[in-house]
Amino acid sequence: MSSENSYYVPEQSKLPLAAATGMGVMAYGAASWVIEGGTSTIFLIGTLIMASVMFMWWSLVIKENTQGIVSDQLKHSYVLGMYWFIFSELMFFVCFFGSLFYVRVLVGPWLDGEAAIGWFDDTATDAAIANATHLWPGYDAAWPPIVTPDQVVTLAANPDATEFQFKGPKEAMSFPGWSFSELMAWLPLWNTVVLLTSSGTVHIAHHALKEGDRKKFVRWLGLTVLLGIFFLFLQAEEYIHAYQELGLTLESGIYGTTFFLLTGFHGAHVTLGTIMLLIAFLRGAKGHFNETDHFGFEAAAWYWHFVDVIWVGLFLIVYVLG
Amino acid sequence: MAHGPSQNFFSRWLFSTNHKDIGTLYLWFSFAMFLLGGAFAMVIRAELFQPGMQLIKPEFFVQMTTMHGLVMVFGAIMPAFVGLANWMIPMMIGAPDMALPRMNNLSFWILPFAFAILTSTLFMEGGGPNFGWTFYAPLSTTYAPDTVNYFIFGVHIMGASSIMGSINIIATVMNMRAPGMTYMKMPMFVWTWVITAFLLVAVMPVLAGAVTMMLMDINFGTSFFDAAGGGDPVLFQHVFWFFGHPEVYIIILPAFGVVSQIIPTFSRKPLFGYSSMVYATASIAFLSFIVWAHHMFTVGMPIAGELYFMYATMLIAVPTGVKVFNWITTMYKGALTFETPMLFSIAFVILFTFGGFTGMMLSIAAADTQYHDTYFVVAHFHYVMVAGAVFSGTAAVYYWLPKWCGRMYDETMGKVQFWIAFIAFNITFMPQHFLGLAGMPRRYSDYGLQFADWNMVSSIGAFLYGGAQLLFLYNVIRTIGWGKPISDPQVWEGAQGLEWTLPTPAPFHTFSTPPVIK
Repeated sequence: MSSENSYYVPEQSKLPLAAATGMGVMAYGAASWVIEGGTSTIFLIGTLIMASVMFMWWSLVIKENTQGIVSDQLKHSYVLGMYWFIFSELMFFVCFFGSLFYVRVLVGPWLDGEAAIGWFDDTATDAAIANATHLWPGYDAAWPPIVTPDQVVTLAANPDATEFQFKGPKEAMSFPGWSFSELMAWLPLWNTVVLLTSSGTVHIAHHALKEGDRKKFVRWLGLTVLLGIFFLFLQAEEYIHAYQELGLTLESGIYGTTFFLLTGFHGAHVTLGTIMLLIAFLRGAKGHFNETDHFGFEAAAWYWHFVDVIWVGLFLIVYVLG
Repeated sequence: MAHGPSQNFFSRWLFSTNHKDIGTLYLWFSFAMFLLGGAFAMVIRAELFQPGMQLIKPEFFVQMTTMHGLVMVFGAIMPAFVGLANWMIPMMIGAPDMALPRMNNLSFWILPFAFAILTSTLFMEGGGPNFGWTFYAPLSTTYAPDTVNYFIFGVHIMGASSIMGSINIIATVMNMRAPGMTYMKMPMFVWTWVITAFLLVAVMPVLAGAVTMMLMDINFGTSFFDAAGGGDPVLFQHVFWFFGHPEVYIIILPAFGVVSQIIPTFSRKPLFGYSSMVYATASIAFLSFIVWAHHMFTVGMPIAGELYFMYATMLIAVPTGVKVFNWITTMYKGALTFETPMLFSIAFVILFTFGGFTGMMLSIAAADTQYHDTYFVVAHFHYVMVAGAVFSGTAAVYYWLPKWCGRMYDETMGKVQFWIAFIAFNITFMPQHFLGLAGMPRRYSDYGLQFADWNMVSSIGAFLYGGAQLLFLYNVIRTIGWGKPISDPQVWEGAQGLEWTLPTPAPFHTFSTPPVIK
């Protein structure tokens, strides 16, 4: 590149095509895997391609940065890229939160034969009345729904039935109430404490780095990674508890559906964030970042704050109001 | 950056980081998809030429309507405008390239994989997607063939491509403008694209969410779309159209941008009401998020919902009207000439407005009960998608092709193509309004005898329209290979903007040193 031009336009690269190939193989493999009788082989090959390409790609970007050919303007492009990537992630969660709102506030009453929101008009729609009279007679909407419409109808026809397409959970992940001892024994609260603390520790690490205290930075960042892993451990505990003791599974109607999809995708994002922070930690330990130039870490930290914010939403909406 | 394109053909086109080469790839890919989706349309119209089943089975017919929609929306129109964005945005804002050139190439190369996966399902056991391009549950879940899983993951990676492409465009526009190129000096095409990119980043993840819910319902026993478990099939429609309505503006906003570049050039006047154009585009984008359920007036929503979505939808006519009047006022008292791009742009304004008015008819909830899922809807959205997006894309190619390759296209052939396309388009889709109003439902492979005449007319128009596209392809190839060489940077005497200050043909690297805009 010439000296008068400050923006770095990289040379041709084989990485994008390799990444696209990896994604294509992964997508094809995932589809053939979920179809009955399918195997995971192709998907795993795709994942392997993807993982190695990502490793090479980011190594290259890090190398370009340490060589000093990344101008401030290019760095700002990376910053903008991260902003809007996080925004797109946010919209992914908006989709699931919106669905939870819809099934909880509107669909439940409609299945029950009632008008969902009586602000304008208290009369139930024809569809809701048909639900209550023809499709799901006897179904009583409540949140969290312990019985599913399918269960009610099947049991009405045959009180001894044990097989259902959707069997509600024995118990939901509800708020235990305000008593101190019960709150202390409530796992989601500890999850919240762990994740909020980790947001604090990553913030301290960030400040330490900005002040040039590399050692403190690495220490607090390491602590953040550990807290992230601890959170995932607690989450796994909770899932085991749900499956084994509460009978709460993916198949247990809309409650299990929304609960596991929301917390599960959050958990997946915590995993991704932990990996990002771990990479930042390893790079920090190698001495990669300095007071002003540390976007690799900063991006991971933003992502971490983002998963934290999502968790606060989950905690309030799925657990406390659940 | 003295280096030019790689001399090796494969290395140049496979490993590119150049916004022009990647733009070219996008444009050729989208044209290939346009022909594929067009071939599906020809199959549909051939079967509908006469009542009764002649050529194909009903199961295959619904796969054709589904694939036609998916391929045209996601494979032809969207990538065509991304290709134009790649080519033109750096040239228009005085940037050396796109902000993130390698990610740019990744965005492109995902698409061939996504569409290979999608179209391969046609040859698999169970056939391709057969649930309409809107893939409503439970048709796309409980009653779908196993191959729906390929569709789901294909949509996933295609969405990733769109998100990355959009992030790239946003980063380019926000970060790469030449000194002095303030936001309110940006050409309309850049403005419409940055707003489109914002819409894409906002709604593509919602589409990913929708197909993820399908995947879970099909394979993992969840009940998002199953009332037996406490879910609701209508939830699918809400999630889908929360993506889908912004999606239709994703398709049309860049088309607005193209037309807003071309009409001033051939009117030899600046665009009338530039800032109102910007605000109107932003308003349309905002409104697109809060009107989605007008696609679902017949699902049994409460009356309050029907009313809200009806009135909110009608509001869109206001900023859209602003745009239409601005284009007309730009032409008013202009020194008009009617080269091919201008012809397509004027046709765009007229036919898009026509499609907009049928949209107003459809927005009336009570009346929509009659129009819903009939050919009237098909006619409406083909007026805005074909005469809107495809006409403006064609106009854009004729308008910028001489700048891209330094050769002039054949004006006579361009005009012939325009008139065939314009007339054939109307022969195809105008009668579909009548069919719809008379009650012919969409997506059926057969129809009652009372619909026979207009269906035959429509099919004849469709074949003619398909033929016009081959003429277009021929004209473009002829121009690139054997067109009359030109070297004037100002290809069109009335054209304004930075792209016309660059040499013709446009050099491999755009602005190595940023120009200064006064």
